[in-house]
Amino acid sequence: MSISKEEVERIAKLARLEFSDAEKEKLQKELSSILGYVDKLKEVQEEVKIRHFEDEEALNLMREDVAEPNANPEEFIAQAPEREGNYVKVRSVLE
Amino acid sequence: MKLNELTIKEASEKLAKKEISSVELTQACIDRVKKVDPKLNAFLFLAEQSAMLAAKEADKQIANNANTFLTGIPYAVKDNILVKGTKTTAASKILENYESTYDATVIKRLSQAAPVMLGKTNLDEFAMGASTENSAFGPTRNPFDLERVAGGSSGGSAAAVAADEAIFALGSDTAGSIRQPASFCGVVGLKPTYGRVSRYGLIAMCSSLDQIGVLTKTVEDTAISFQLLAGQDEFDTTTLPKHVPDYTRSLNLDVRGVKIGIPKEFFIEGLDQEVRNIIQSAIKQFETLGAEIIETSLPNVPYSVAAYYIITPVEISANLSRFDGIRYGLSVAGKSLDEVYFKSRSKGFGAEVKRRIMIGSYASSAGYFDAYYKKAKQIQTLIRDDFTKAFEKVDLLLTPVSPHAAFKIGEKADPLAMYLEDVFTGPLNLAGVPGLSVPAGATESGLPVNLQLVAPHFQEEKLIQAGHAFEQALGLKLKPRLTG
Repeated sequence: MSISKEEVERIAKLARLEFSDAEKEKLQKELSSILGYVDKLKEVQEEVKIRHFEDEEALNLMREDVAEPNANPEEFIAQAPEREGNYVKVRSVLE
Repeated sequence: MKLNELTIKEASEKLAKKEISSVELTQACIDRVKKVDPKLNAFLFLAEQSAMLAAKEADKQIANNANTFLTGIPYAVKDNILVKGTKTTAASKILENYESTYDATVIKRLSQAAPVMLGKTNLDEFAMGASTENSAFGPTRNPFDLERVAGGSSGGSAAAVAADEAIFALGSDTAGSIRQPASFCGVVGLKPTYGRVSRYGLIAMCSSLDQIGVLTKTVEDTAISFQLLAGQDEFDTTTLPKHVPDYTRSLNLDVRGVKIGIPKEFFIEGLDQEVRNIIQSAIKQFETLGAEIIETSLPNVPYSVAAYYIITPVEISANLSRFDGIRYGLSVAGKSLDEVYFKSRSKGFGAEVKRRIMIGSYASSAGYFDAYYKKAKQIQTLIRDDFTKAFEKVDLLLTPVSPHAAFKIGEKADPLAMYLEDVFTGPLNLAGVPGLSVPAGATESGLPVNLQLVAPHFQEEKLIQAGHAFEQALGLKLKPRLTG
């Protein structure tokens, strides 16, 4: 299992992360080693239907859509790096 | 005996009899933290003022005889659980200044009994790790040997209880993060069934596996503290409306006739000889107590770590996409929105978090999903079936918690070596079953070693029954010789 530098760059872009060249080289080695180990999974030939915990309990939990007093919005917005009034300020998406 | 050395049971009896006050008890814990924590780094934040206020309130309740077992008992909280009025950092730079905007359900539930929240404990960043070395705020040291790790990711909570800084603590466990540090620090650690305890207010790592539990000095204390956490919560739909038994009742039961399975896959070559001997004598102890020991097998368990290190990173890469420098947390200015994302995340996350996001993004990207994620989920199903089959013949399983005692700080620099730390604990999370880590002995050099008891889904009472019977019979008293 070997991960190329280009692959590291492609995944980093998907993950919204940036790395220096030295970091990329280190990640190439680490990811190759980890994914190499994970290849062990292929030893298991058996095909089974994936079941989740929830499937077995067969539960669909619903609750009424009722408005309840909750935390003060100010406390949430106060944590935003940039704000304008009661809005979180962000860079424009479209140039 | 110093007050901070008391168990929940002992302290609550003394409080009820008015022999001590919660203010005295809380002060003793705070003094202890100030004395030993500069060496241990178990706490990221000590809530001295609010703790003393809470202790005074608890004393008023006790004066009115309105107290329960946990009233006035000081406890610590892993810093990935929200407690309103404190920061919650997840030991990450990206949340260094994040103020908790609400109480996690577990905190709300405990609050009914008015215990005293002492502070927030150290962890591997976002609970990703097995040694607390991945904390952005420095590693937690093992109270039994300061050159060694406390385990992880709930290393701060385990060290705080072992060093008598807190009477009990909350932790979270995704692949062993309560049970392994409990073993390294010689305390009791419970990972409940998936669906037994609400995770509302826990910073999500791998939502399909994360579970909150307790770290305590005795199994009796586990029963007392876990009692309040268990049960359905409308804010976490994975919690099921199942009956919550009175766990303290199981403390009176013995293990005569209880069938305990020993799965052979846990007694591998890499298991340290001293640990093997301790586990073997624990098995003999259970036999002496009248339990029936049966050899059993969980054939797919050897694939647990491989399955875990696909399922977890895939969920991590999705869960941590919320940290983008926009609504809260660290934000680095950029010319475009994309630049804000890239720069904030790259500066805010540590190396292990980035590594897992990268593995997860790779394994879930087009062309690889079936080969990795689908396969891993199939193996998870097989592992679940292995446990179900085993429990048709036995009541409990007994295994080691970790292949070895606490290792040295810096010893496991290779990420894969650290991942293999989860070899005996991860299978339980994949199967959703509960596990209890109970002190079983110590190595020649004095490092604690725990055993792991495993029960079927929603049968934590069996863990408490067997764990307590074993603890009483063994009479082990491990205390770190911390000076300072």
